[in-house]
Amino acid sequence: MGWEQMLKPLTADIRADRAALPLAAYEAAGGYQGLRTAISQTPFQVQQAVTASGLRGRGGAGFPTGMKWSFVPMGAPGGSTADTGGHRYLVVNADEKEPGTMKDRWLMEGNPHQLLEGALIAAWAVQADIAYIFLRREYTQCAQSLTRAIAEAQKAGYVGERVLGSGWNISIRMHMSAGRYMCGEESGLLNALEGRRATPRNKPPFPQVSGLWGRPTVVNNVETLVNVPHIIREGPEWFKSLSPGSDPGTKIYGVSGKLKRPGLWELPMGTTVRELVDLAGGMKDGLKLRGLLPGGASTDFLSADQMDVKLDFDSVAKAGSRLGTGTMIVLDDATCPVGMVLSLEKFFARESCGFCTPCREGLPWVARILESLEQGTGEQRDLEILEQHVGLLAPGRTFCALAPGAVEPLGSALKLFRDDFEKHVHQKRCPWK
Amino acid sequence: MLSEREKERIEEEARQHEHPRAAVSEALLIVQESRGWVPDEAISEVAAILGMGREEVEGVATFYELIFRKPVGKHVIMVCDSVSCWITGEERIVAHLQRRLGVALGGTTTDGEFTLLPTGCLGACDAGPAMMIDGKLYDTLTPERADEILAEYGMGADAQTSHG
Repeated sequence: MGWEQMLKPLTADIRADRAALPLAAYEAAGGYQGLRTAISQTPFQVQQAVTASGLRGRGGAGFPTGMKWSFVPMGAPGGSTADTGGHRYLVVNADEKEPGTMKDRWLMEGNPHQLLEGALIAAWAVQADIAYIFLRREYTQCAQSLTRAIAEAQKAGYVGERVLGSGWNISIRMHMSAGRYMCGEESGLLNALEGRRATPRNKPPFPQVSGLWGRPTVVNNVETLVNVPHIIREGPEWFKSLSPGSDPGTKIYGVSGKLKRPGLWELPMGTTVRELVDLAGGMKDGLKLRGLLPGGASTDFLSADQMDVKLDFDSVAKAGSRLGTGTMIVLDDATCPVGMVLSLEKFFARESCGFCTPCREGLPWVARILESLEQGTGEQRDLEILEQHVGLLAPGRTFCALAPGAVEPLGSALKLFRDDFEKHVHQKRCPWK
Repeated sequence: MLSEREKERIEEEARQHEHPRAAVSEALLIVQESRGWVPDEAISEVAAILGMGREEVEGVATFYELIFRKPVGKHVIMVCDSVSCWITGEERIVAHLQRRLGVALGGTTTDGEFTLLPTGCLGACDAGPAMMIDGKLYDTLTPERADEILAEYGMGADAQTSHG
């Protein structure tokens, strides 16, 4: 690999216009070598390599990928599968709908084979025989590039029966989602694949043991999987060397808001907020940064004096928020923080699946109160009700992570932008309007 | 009520899966593709083909946002109202579209050409505001740009689709 590929393994080969990298070009850049290597090893060895690399899930929760795979019942170490009672599934979670997140779209449009190779290696590692790509129907360009790539991969023998001369069969199927944020939640996604409403399932059992149709299933995010071919090809030590800190690899970071050049960058894990904001050209003229959500809509605000926070899982957690999807949304000083939180909570209230009461009833209540603050009819007592909801919708109070995620920006905004909330009450109007 | 062609396509879709019900959202979208929306009668017929309960199919049809249980216009405009687009001026775009089309969010123009819907993130957060028309993404919208795009879908410069 050239140095550019070494530093940006996930995106170096993606063209500026995002035209999908064809199979021949992907192979010329070393593509599908990881799959060849993986298949020459036992599934257990592949799992061990990914565990040793320290790769953590890029969908938001940051769960160690190798450990996630290791929960699939595999029988004895060495890879022989104990159960032969039916299908085993690998599901690519390509239902990117976290507001502010746009990274998986880039990866799928620009280099679809990289995702296929990652999914195939993951499928080998857990001895799955069916892989699903669960894709948002709105991502029409991704659908085109992936559909073509699957056909190319089938023709080349990377997908299908007896892959690369092994005894392993794998098919890849596209599922185009009919649309709902809840499909991004792993158990909601499985219900959607089974032709049900995308409501969450009880855990345990975890999907690795009883997932799609009650069979062992691993669900991984797009960005997580595109790391896998590189880890298998270059090794866990190389992956660790990509970042200076303890959280390994590169990350697709994003910046949105009123900046000069918002966008996406692949950078070493642990890049700081300040470095990213600088890459985005800084704030538009005349504007100051007031705060930011570091990793999509369901993360706590960081303040303007937390610019040196390193954007890796542990550092952001220590700073009081979550890395989430690593795509930050920036609040400027000409934008109303209450209005921004209202936009967030309207989204979450609309996307609540209605399955559990606190979320179904609580989030619309939160949104209505914020709306009244914006319209100038809010009262002091409303701020207390908002604060109560942060506790009432905390982790453990609801069935899945939607509502707890929804109140992360709310709770942190109530602390960080307290004066702005108070002004809405006392001035009986939104000071920004 | 389903045409032979629709039935064939739904049965074909069901055969792709070990469990026919896995095809339910695709089946409803096949109906929607030819009719623009999913009428009541179609729910029962899809349920019968896939071996599901009518209420289960209805449950799916009403859950997913891209399945329409009411008639929509020839073109469906989905405007992103999520946070990144909101910061970059989504409200101005929505107000402009509502004025030009003469409908509120969720409404269909009286000539049946356009339905205007809000939607969650379209993945164009670095290029907001964004909207999608019939599956095609448009970003960095201004009111002027929105007018140009509407014109591409047959809306004249001074046409007012609203008739009250």
